[in-house]
Amino acid sequence: MSSRRIFAKPARFAAIAPYVWMVLFFLVPFGFVLKISLSQTAIAQPPYEPVFDLTAGWDALKAAFAALSVDNFKLLASDDIYVFAYLRSLTVAVTATALLLLIGYPIAYGMARLPKRWQAVAMVLVIVPFWTSFLIRIYAWINILQHDGLLNQILLALHLVSQPVVWLATDTAMYIGIVYSYLPFMVLPLYATLAKMEPALEEAASDLGAPPWQVFWLVTFPLSLPGVGAGVLLCFIPIVGEFVIPDLLAGSNALMIGQTLWLEFFTNKDWPVASAAAIVLLVVLLVPLLLYERLQKRQLEQGR
Amino acid sequence: MRKVSRLSRFNIASLALGLAFLYLPILILVLYSFNASRLVTVWGGWSLRWYHELFNDRAMIEAAWMSLRVAVASATIATLLGTLAAVALSRGERFRGRTLFSGMLYAPLVMPEVITGLSLLLLFVALNVERGFWTVTIAHTTLTMCFVTVVVQSRLGSLDRSLEEAAMDLGCNPVGAFVVVTLPLIAPAIVAGWMLAFTLSLDDLVIASFTTGPGSATLPIRIYSEVRLGVKPEINAICTLVIALIAVVIVIASLASKLSSSQGESAAPL
Repeated sequence: MSSRRIFAKPARFAAIAPYVWMVLFFLVPFGFVLKISLSQTAIAQPPYEPVFDLTAGWDALKAAFAALSVDNFKLLASDDIYVFAYLRSLTVAVTATALLLLIGYPIAYGMARLPKRWQAVAMVLVIVPFWTSFLIRIYAWINILQHDGLLNQILLALHLVSQPVVWLATDTAMYIGIVYSYLPFMVLPLYATLAKMEPALEEAASDLGAPPWQVFWLVTFPLSLPGVGAGVLLCFIPIVGEFVIPDLLAGSNALMIGQTLWLEFFTNKDWPVASAAAIVLLVVLLVPLLLYERLQKRQLEQGR
Repeated sequence: MRKVSRLSRFNIASLALGLAFLYLPILILVLYSFNASRLVTVWGGWSLRWYHELFNDRAMIEAAWMSLRVAVASATIATLLGTLAAVALSRGERFRGRTLFSGMLYAPLVMPEVITGLSLLLLFVALNVERGFWTVTIAHTTLTMCFVTVVVQSRLGSLDRSLEEAAMDLGCNPVGAFVVVTLPLIAPAIVAGWMLAFTLSLDDLVIASFTTGPGSATLPIRIYSEVRLGVKPEINAICTLVIALIAVVIVIASLASKLSSSQGESAAPL
């Protein structure tokens, strides 16, 4: 009705401030990343050749355009370090996301089958660790996994191993850290779809003679696919760019792209190459990012 | 009814194991922060020794103070902007650039932090701003307002719009209807959004590392540089204090969302 449209007008004005903020601090900065990724490295402060100097007039601008180079991108494509870093990031993200799905699904499934009042409690219990600092959570694992840490002590006491096992600086430690940190992101969307599912569907299937695994595989799992999609994207995208977990828990012989970017930026001070690496990372993530956005929008704008 | 019998033994086992996996490491950390022994693995009895040493660590205290100020400032600005954005998205029908707007708001939720941090730093360098408290605050606001938007928007989506329409039929102008009717109803979600923004800011290492300047390290930056050097009991102590602070925040937030669910359907997705 018309009253809705009247309400809509001032609501539109509400967009102005956040809109300006996001353009200024989200969109424009990407322009800078793009610009600097196309400029030459310079030993200066800031360490890159300025590309556009609008005060310098038209001729200078033309000269600046001529100086734009894709050298940084060529470097990324030709240097094994970067190619390997991208491949490793994708491998780690795929493996970790698969592990998360494998571990998270039974938890979400168990939650959805709890009596209603317990479901809320279980949800809070899963969310709470997400609120505690992730750096602290990683540090907690360093405590446990270090040479004379709790895990080795237990293993030694049980005579499962005769010598302390090296856990830190291995891929195992990194995967433990990633699964630990991202588990709520996988469990919550899964739980949300599983809890909404009509129990009568499963009952019907089993009444018609399907064994439990078939009920799960033919009814439950296909119906939970939207939740699986959301959980997978919510984990996969940030894991590809993850920096802290591999830095603190994995060895230093194979770097992920987030670490390479950090290294180029902070240690080598090569800002143009770091920017180019960020652009490529963004391009790699574009498809999952767009998919995620569509999911998110559909969920929120339908009013659920 | 069949409801209870649906819970199989496998369901219970996976729940128990999952929760143990989530909580044991944190519990162990808290426990060891009260350990008298310097060796992290030897239990030397209860002691507050590491808390004592922590309070004499000036750099750590300063970093904690910096983090708290940034978290309060950025959460407050983010809540303001995020609520406005949520209202615009859920009530303001179509407007030009709406797709771009919602795109900009949803992308940072999953965008790798290294990219967000790097892009903001390049902006600050290009504008030649001195980096420190304000640059970190702006960066954190940009990230956390997106989370606030999602929380408030989902609450607005579940609200019965006829309440607003009734207020306007009774003679309220749209802004008045919003202030008198809508705002009190979404207040719990706004509080929850502020809390989420606060903890996210307190937690962030990557974006803060990019956007801060020399001499103004935040707490995570400080903890990170200590952790890289190895495990230290003082770190257990500061981590326990942060966990305690966040626990208080969670209790307040859950009280707020309880208030919210008593007024209607439950909200707050994350």
